[in-house]
Amino acid sequence: MFYREAGQFKTTYRDDMAVFPILQDRIGLLVIISLAIFAIPLLGSKFFISSVMIPFLVFTLAAMGLNILTGYTGLISLGTGAFMGVGAFACYKLTTYFPNVNIIVWILASGLFSAAVGVMFGIPSLRVKGFYLAVATLAAQFFLQWCFVRIPWLFNYNVSGAIEVPERTLLGLAITGPRATPEVRYLVLLGIVALMTWVASNILHGRIGRKWMAVRDMDIAAELMGIKMLPTKLLSFAVSSYYCGVAGACMMFLWYGGGEANDVFDINASFNVLFMVIIGGLGSLIGSFFGAAFISSLPTTLKFGLPAMGIPITGATAEHMTFIVTGSLIIFFLIVEPHGLARLWQIAKEKLRLWPFPY
Amino acid sequence: MDFLIQTVWEGLVAGVLYALIALGFVLIFKASGVFNFAQGIMVVFSALTLVGTYEKLSQLGFKGFPAAMLSLVVALAVMFVLAVLVERVVLRPLVNQPDIILFMATFGLTYLLIGVGETIFGGNPKIMITKELGLPTGSTELVLPGLGPDGRNGLVLLQHIDIAAAIIASIMIAGLATFFQYTRIGRALRAVADSHKAALSVGISLNQIWVVVWFTAGIVALVTGIMWGARSDVSFGLSTVALKALPVLILGGFTSIPGAIVGGLIIGIGEKLGELYLAPMLLGSTMGRGVESWFAFFIALAFVMFRPQGLFGDKIIERI
Repeated sequence: MFYREAGQFKTTYRDDMAVFPILQDRIGLLVIISLAIFAIPLLGSKFFISSVMIPFLVFTLAAMGLNILTGYTGLISLGTGAFMGVGAFACYKLTTYFPNVNIIVWILASGLFSAAVGVMFGIPSLRVKGFYLAVATLAAQFFLQWCFVRIPWLFNYNVSGAIEVPERTLLGLAITGPRATPEVRYLVLLGIVALMTWVASNILHGRIGRKWMAVRDMDIAAELMGIKMLPTKLLSFAVSSYYCGVAGACMMFLWYGGGEANDVFDINASFNVLFMVIIGGLGSLIGSFFGAAFISSLPTTLKFGLPAMGIPITGATAEHMTFIVTGSLIIFFLIVEPHGLARLWQIAKEKLRLWPFPY
Repeated sequence: MDFLIQTVWEGLVAGVLYALIALGFVLIFKASGVFNFAQGIMVVFSALTLVGTYEKLSQLGFKGFPAAMLSLVVALAVMFVLAVLVERVVLRPLVNQPDIILFMATFGLTYLLIGVGETIFGGNPKIMITKELGLPTGSTELVLPGLGPDGRNGLVLLQHIDIAAAIIASIMIAGLATFFQYTRIGRALRAVADSHKAALSVGISLNQIWVVVWFTAGIVALVTGIMWGARSDVSFGLSTVALKALPVLILGGFTSIPGAIVGGLIIGIGEKLGELYLAPMLLGSTMGRGVESWFAFFIALAFVMFRPQGLFGDKIIERI
């Protein structure tokens, strides 16, 4: 009824190729962005912001990164957790060596290091693909995790072996360290996520994104059409790892505020991000948001939501229940819609266009 | 010299266990094209069922070999029910979906099994009922004249359970090979592995085959669980060790049973030698610790660079 595109004429090619061609979509996007900027920091409780919104945004970044690799280029990676770890350590080293440079610069720069590492571990993708590649990227996961523990230079020879996040400020406000408020950290993170989503959208809608999709759909055909495998696949690894690295740096500096990287960036983190990508929808940016929102909020929802609904649940049972519910939901969603939440969203929009008429 | 032999022996034993897990993967991958990530957890789950049932029985006063055998039957029954459920609930609705979707579904299965297993049996490690099952315990010291340090006699310690594991694994593999080669269902399995469509068109029931294959993988998982549980204990930590079976797979090829075995042995020995000899030599004794966690993957990677389909895998032919 209200979601109609009747009367919206496209008179230029530019209009025709717009990412959001429908006026209502653009309005909706603005509403969501303004809600995220104003409503959530003002109205949301500290708990909601720090344990729902911040994890959601961090995992969105990581899921976007993996989606570029798995969803758009068709290369499965199980090393996401480790690439995030590289970003966190790079950011830590950079900010301890150059404390005067703004931390946001270092968060964005730390992704470059994980991009370099990602390219190195992406080389096998030129020889193998599918599950063979997935297992090959596990090498990155285990090797890098080993490095995080065995190379004390990475964590500045701390006795605890953990990253200690120093306090850094922006315009006089603490954005990292113990004195940073959840609201400030949230807004900084929101800015980074918005910027990187915009960049990703532009890359994916452009020449590079189309090359990646050609490789995903059939790499031999793409090669015959003149797309070079080496730069295309490695670029995908680089961009993907860049996103994961930034996500890792954000995770350490804006969410956890320090901790032992070996536990945070373990193989379960890799699997979690892969869940997000698959549940959200392979090859869909908005799917990364959906998947991250779903998977990252699931444990919190189960832990605090079930007792609130009057279902008594203790710590250990809650953990077991999380496993059972997560497992069942993954299978359920895959059976209902193998193309993920993004496809459900698309179907809902199609239906809404016609509603209340059947066709 | 005796230390080297001991290391190789330990590697060989670990390799047999890796090979067994990889075997479970290969069976399912061949027959249904599903990369079954849940194989590792199936090992834990089946072993837990076995031990958990025995504990319940012994609380009722029913102990010893007969009780252990009854638990074994129960564990097998549970694996069969699991196979049927997986086929009905997970595989059937997901027929003809991309591989990665099925792979993700087995991930869901992994979580489900962890949750269910911990709810029923608790998260604490359990001790495998080695003696009650009639498996040998204890160890033999093998004296190797003149192979020890400084020309003295060398000593190699052989755990009996390891020898039993190697023998049982060989028997099982021989049994599987016979089953695949000479029985009617085995032939149908190979047909399905070749081509789902062709198999369907000659009247082979895919659903039935999948149940058989998942049940077979369940049996392999149970045997692996018993062997592995006897070496350490039965806990969910085992499922991360099962990730070690993955380099075995890319080394041996996803579709080859001999590949899984040879790959398992190579990885097992290579990893132990890498940990105890190569890494301390290259990285020093403090830095070189713990390379076991990734060394296997690098061996596999090195192989993959030269043989993308693994040692024995089918040649990858692609069409446009």
